[in-house]
Amino acid sequence: MGAAEAAETLRVAERAEVGEALGAAGQVRAGVRAYRMIAAMWIRSTMAYRASFAMAVFGNFAATGLDFVGILLMFSHVDALGGYTLPEVAFLYGTAGAAFGLSDLVMGSMDRLGSRVRDGTLDTLLVRPVPVLAQIAADRFALRRLGRITQGLLVLGYALVVLDIEWTPLKVLMVPMMILSGAVIFASVFVAGAAFQFWAQDASQVQNSFTYGGVTLLQYPPTVFAKDLVRGVTFVLPLAFVNWLPALYVLGRPYPLDLPFWLAFLPPLVAGVCCPLAGAAWRMGLRSYRSTGS
Amino acid sequence: MESDFIQLDGVEKVFDVRRKTGRLRREKTRVRAVDAISFSVPRGEMVGYIGPNGAGKSTTIKMLTGILTPSAGRVRVAGIDPARERTRLARHIGVVFGQRTTLWWDLPLRDSYRLMHRMYRIPDDRFKVNMARCVELLDLGELLDVPVRQLSLGQRMRGDIAAALLHDPEVLYLDEPTIGLDVISKAKVRDFLRDLNTERGTTVLLTTHDLTDIEQLCKRVMVIDHGRLVYDGALAGLHEVGESERTLVVDLERELPPVEVAGARVVKVEGPRQWLAFPASVSAAPLVAAVAQRYPLVDLSVREQDIEAVIAKMYADRSAL
Amino acid sequence: MRLYAVVAAGGFRRHATYRVATAAGVFTNTVFGFILAYTFTALWDERPQLGGYDLSQALTYVWLGQALLMTAALMGGGLESELMERIRTGDIAIDLCRPADLQLFWLAGDLGRAAFHLLGRGVVPMAVGALAFDLALPADPFVWVAFLVAVALGVVVSFAIRFLVALSAFWLLDGAGVAQITWLVGLFFSGMVLPLTVFPGGLGTLAQALPWSALLQIPADVFLGKHTGWGLVRAYGFQLGWAALLLTAGRLLQSVATRRVVVQGG
Repeated sequence: MGAAEAAETLRVAERAEVGEALGAAGQVRAGVRAYRMIAAMWIRSTMAYRASFAMAVFGNFAATGLDFVGILLMFSHVDALGGYTLPEVAFLYGTAGAAFGLSDLVMGSMDRLGSRVRDGTLDTLLVRPVPVLAQIAADRFALRRLGRITQGLLVLGYALVVLDIEWTPLKVLMVPMMILSGAVIFASVFVAGAAFQFWAQDASQVQNSFTYGGVTLLQYPPTVFAKDLVRGVTFVLPLAFVNWLPALYVLGRPYPLDLPFWLAFLPPLVAGVCCPLAGAAWRMGLRSYRSTGS
Repeated sequence: MESDFIQLDGVEKVFDVRRKTGRLRREKTRVRAVDAISFSVPRGEMVGYIGPNGAGKSTTIKMLTGILTPSAGRVRVAGIDPARERTRLARHIGVVFGQRTTLWWDLPLRDSYRLMHRMYRIPDDRFKVNMARCVELLDLGELLDVPVRQLSLGQRMRGDIAAALLHDPEVLYLDEPTIGLDVISKAKVRDFLRDLNTERGTTVLLTTHDLTDIEQLCKRVMVIDHGRLVYDGALAGLHEVGESERTLVVDLERELPPVEVAGARVVKVEGPRQWLAFPASVSAAPLVAAVAQRYPLVDLSVREQDIEAVIAKMYADRSAL
Repeated sequence: MRLYAVVAAGGFRRHATYRVATAAGVFTNTVFGFILAYTFTALWDERPQLGGYDLSQALTYVWLGQALLMTAALMGGGLESELMERIRTGDIAIDLCRPADLQLFWLAGDLGRAAFHLLGRGVVPMAVGALAFDLALPADPFVWVAFLVAVALGVVVSFAIRFLVALSAFWLLDGAGVAQITWLVGLFFSGMVLPLTVFPGGLGTLAQALPWSALLQIPADVFLGKHTGWGLVRAYGFQLGWAALLLTAGRLLQSVATRRVVVQGG
């Protein structure tokens, strides 16, 4: 090895190390920048067809709306479901819906990873100078998903007006806190689910059970479900932290499984743990793809 | 440094392939898609990389672009290790996958280019110049506002080539750039690539099934088969390596039994016309003299074997081993 | 007729090749089955005999819904987007030139698809549901046969609706919005969210008169033994009536669209 080459190797190694150290932060910054660019382009192109866009937003809104109509129909027959009144269920519904809607808006395209692996178009993303995750997440960015968020927030608004809660500053703070942390938790599920598709390309449906299934579950009070199911979504896949635990604190209701009351304040922490885990799963999946090519 | 602008040193890629052997049973087999390949390409060269399906062409390109990590060996492109610094390398290279587009399927061409502009952080003036050049030379003017999915294959390919070049890459990889194109589109693409290489000095590595691409564009050709590099050199030299034969076509005065001369054999008879095969390395003159001496000759011609047949023969010989 | 049998078999096989997708889908159906089963249990605990079902019948309804979700294409069956894409790209002109009827051709393919989904996506979730909960499974084999007939008729109605939706792409720039809205309305009025018998008053009457009730509510009621004797004939008649009406509408729309294609030359 010549001296020049040795120096070059060293330089490359250094750069790689610096890259690693910058790593997380630098990658995230690059990813956010790329995400914004791609999303902006999709928004511009959707806006070219304003009529269809308006229709799509309305459709999205109505879709989730009918979902809530189902709950209203249930309450036309009963006064309480699992011991919870309609406004209380609406509170759960609204917080879960808004959190999920937010992550669906930002990360909803992740479930197309499998088909991109299958048709080989993932390779075209890998030769670009921006993070692949951002490219996939922003692909076909669909502003129509605002419909779901809007609907969730409307139901939440109704619940907040009707509910008789003794508000404390802490409780007030907890509402936006659980929506944002919940969105991050759901986003982690989207990413982890997509990472799974590196191995099982046709399995995007599995992800749906945890995302769409998860939000359906969280719309109802935990008292409705079997204890094992509640345990699963508390300790294994921490969906209970999206809204159940913080919402029950706000509502002043007993927690399931006799869990300690301070768990209600953990959602930001849980979200903070979920992110790197999902990121690690993603990197593992991508590494596996890059070593096997399929 | 410049003589090994692209450098591969004992590069291997091994895949585990699971094959179904029964209803539920699966067998794992190791496949060496790329087997100890070494070559280097100096800056500014235009090289053809050819081989049959599944020979390892695409796998090599994927390792050169950083999509795949090699199982063993060393890869350097412009001094960068593609596997480790994929995103940094991306600014130095342009890639065109013939069978899939890098453009955004549902958006007009113009939007894809705008996004490339931002994504690669191309300075505005460079972008304008490159864009104007591509639009002119690749004839894209009227296509800019058409969504990619509505473009014909040839139009899309031209669009893709432009997209790969807007950031002034030093290397351009083309994976089957003329596949499925009509004759006119093929000619356009080839002209453009030739200009790019001579005027800009862009290094080009080209995989193709169409040997006319190679004949018209590349002085150097590498042949890969079963993951191994079986030939690397001038296009002309392929004939010698391939133990190729030339053909002497003779028109006799009338229909005669097959001609018998030393150093050649008759491969085909059609009325008074006969085809004689003889080694490409031997001069045709003594053979012609021998035939003329003993047979009533009306006309004759010598045919060089085409490169396609040479390569086919190389493959056949290898698999016969 | 042979042609359409081949097309149907093709539709079956085409979906059968995606094994991992099928397994993943079964998993999802099962997860949703559990979630809904618990919410229905909570509801029927409060109001036993709601909608004329006892708890075990209500749970059976939940799992039937999961089993038929794909079969009756309650959330869309791929046909819409595929056919719309062909219309948008102009490939539809090729289909119209084929010596086969466009509507029958696609119907045959869709029946093949439905058959696969009934077996591939329906049986396992239903079996899991039956193991985990106390379901009201019919003892009489005749009921099972009657159920399968009702499912088949439901699929035809489902197809007729989706065919109409797909043809809208001839007139609309982006048919995806229409498709989405019909899925939603369909999902709600098929009884997927709640059995239509639980819908109150006028809404209930309306919902049970709309074509979507032929997709899930009627097959489920046949399965639960709510339609027997002349009731069964009436239920079939309802499904057949909607099928005939909607298929005819599709035919009319198709001929108008064909004229349009011919005039515009694709």
